[in-house]
Amino acid sequence: MDLSSINPVVLIASIMVASTPILLAGIGELVVEKAGVLNLGVEGMMITGAIFGFAVSVETGSPWLGLLGAMFGGALISLTFGILTQYLLSNQVATGLALTMFGLGLSALMGQRYTGTKPPSFPKLDIQVLKDIPYIGRMLLSHDYMVYISLLLVAAVWYFLKFTKGGLILRAVGENHAAAHALGYKVVRIRILAIMFGGACAGLGGAYLSLIRVPQWTEGMTAGAGWIALALVVFASWRPWRVILGAYLFGGVTVLQLNLQAVGVNIPVAYLSMTPYLVTIIVLVFISGARTSAPASLGRVFHASH
Amino acid sequence: MRLMKSLLTGAALAVGLAGAVFAQEKLKVGFIYIGPVGDLGWTYQHDLGRKALDAALGDKIETSYVESVPEGADAERVLTQMALSGTKLIFTTSFGYMDPTINVAKKFPDVKFEHATGYKRAKNVSTYSARFYQGRTVIGYIAGKMTKTNTIGYIASFPIPEVVRGINAAYLAAKAVNPKVKFKVIWVFTWFDPGKEADAANALIEQGADVIMQHTDSPAALTIAEEKGIYAFGQASDMLQFGPDARLSSIIDNWGPYYIERVKAVLDGTWKSKATWDGIGPGMVKIGAFSDKIPADVQAGAKALEKGLADGSLNSFTGPINKQDGSVWLKAGEVADDATLASMNFYVQGVDGKLPN
Repeated sequence: MDLSSINPVVLIASIMVASTPILLAGIGELVVEKAGVLNLGVEGMMITGAIFGFAVSVETGSPWLGLLGAMFGGALISLTFGILTQYLLSNQVATGLALTMFGLGLSALMGQRYTGTKPPSFPKLDIQVLKDIPYIGRMLLSHDYMVYISLLLVAAVWYFLKFTKGGLILRAVGENHAAAHALGYKVVRIRILAIMFGGACAGLGGAYLSLIRVPQWTEGMTAGAGWIALALVVFASWRPWRVILGAYLFGGVTVLQLNLQAVGVNIPVAYLSMTPYLVTIIVLVFISGARTSAPASLGRVFHASH
Repeated sequence: MRLMKSLLTGAALAVGLAGAVFAQEKLKVGFIYIGPVGDLGWTYQHDLGRKALDAALGDKIETSYVESVPEGADAERVLTQMALSGTKLIFTTSFGYMDPTINVAKKFPDVKFEHATGYKRAKNVSTYSARFYQGRTVIGYIAGKMTKTNTIGYIASFPIPEVVRGINAAYLAAKAVNPKVKFKVIWVFTWFDPGKEADAANALIEQGADVIMQHTDSPAALTIAEEKGIYAFGQASDMLQFGPDARLSSIIDNWGPYYIERVKAVLDGTWKSKATWDGIGPGMVKIGAFSDKIPADVQAGAKALEKGLADGSLNSFTGPINKQDGSVWLKAGEVADDATLASMNFYVQGVDGKLPN
């Protein structure tokens, strides 16, 4: 066993790559839940984004257009959830689960032409001045753009929720939709927008997987990442910065244990494999001690006549 | 979607069958899969086998499948549903379906089951598997010859005998032609998770591996190998399109002939519970075309191995072989018996790391 053979620069890079999909999907779902909607279809929206992004970037040759396509795809499929739950007042849990199944099936159908195709490669932040900063230059400042965009997105969501009027309205809708309605806010419209934002973010997370982390299309390739993203929101107790913490913790421990295995650390593999989940549970236990801040109207059906 | 559809048809058929018994009905043959049929690996190959069945016996049978069925209670539910809907022969195509298959088989004595890669049988449960380890011997040999860093990365799924056998067979073959070779094994504890498989491949490459083998189902590792300019192999399916430069060869599972043989046996009433374990010889395991990156003499060597394993003149496990702890497993010239192979739970000497249990 030789821990020094793990290169911290490469390790950090792969942790960032492993964490970014769940971070993107998680921050999107956070906004949805802040608006009082529980969308369990993250997995379905992610996989839809993965294939939309993949197909668009293969067809156009542009990874950036691919990401736009992924956001569009994710938002579009989330809109079906929005219409069903907000206008037709269907049960959010059941509809969310159905959305996951729908997304998995739709993406498999759309993806048939694309198995084995290679997507155009994604540009990395490549500024010589930054790279030359010793150590942290290569460790923190030379990743693909999406890593930074995802972090900026979290900052933007935090700022929006905390400091803007729009954020306040969104939170009001999530805390007490009847009161927000009485004040004249369009509860349903705001929730639809939040749902579509969540869909776009999940789509982006999926596309990160199919364009950058694995660069390929395989059916069902999200393999449960959507459920991790859902858990992240609870883990973060609905606070944006903690989503970063959770995503990097989960991604970090996952990647770290793979690397420890590769260098032959003498710890039984079963323990290493369960650490990401174990650490998550432990943190959840500690967090649950503090007051939780689930939006009060989360998952409740709203109709103006109630 | 497909899951929903098959469940709905299943339910509809169950209702239909309760009312009437059809004369001269087509034989219903069902499959349950661990991954999606589009995984381009393990499940994809089983589904090719199912399609071969349709093509050969389509006028006498009707096939159906349910994909991405988790091992455990879910499998039992899906199997029960299939049996209730009048399916008379069910192929359960993952190791973890073993106990669910046995449990459901007890409840439906007139339904026949075929469980892949397991070892529990009953009057109405057969088992079948392929000697994938013979394929591992061939690609292990190629890997041993092709590695420049003498480090081969191995992405393993679960510590079950089939996977352990593969690691041992590949290691012995590589070691025989490259005494300096080292194997680095990462257990990912999943059959299918492209993201995690890719992370594992990256970790192995970072530790100096320049040839990667895998015992997981997706082509993710091959894609990473292509990106990083190293070598890898197709697993279960040829996977050439995922790494035109990286792929050296592949182990291809060929289930079609077996499926056709067993369905015919049911049709003419000769089906009996049995254990099948076929290798390269009968064609259940195929070695994919060699990449032209492999030098001619290595190709010839690999071909000779393949031929020897096929006609039985060679055995993947021929002594002297010690276990990892140094105790003797096989004396010089001795070959492994099937019972030991089927329950293999130890590394051979020279493989690093501790085998999880």
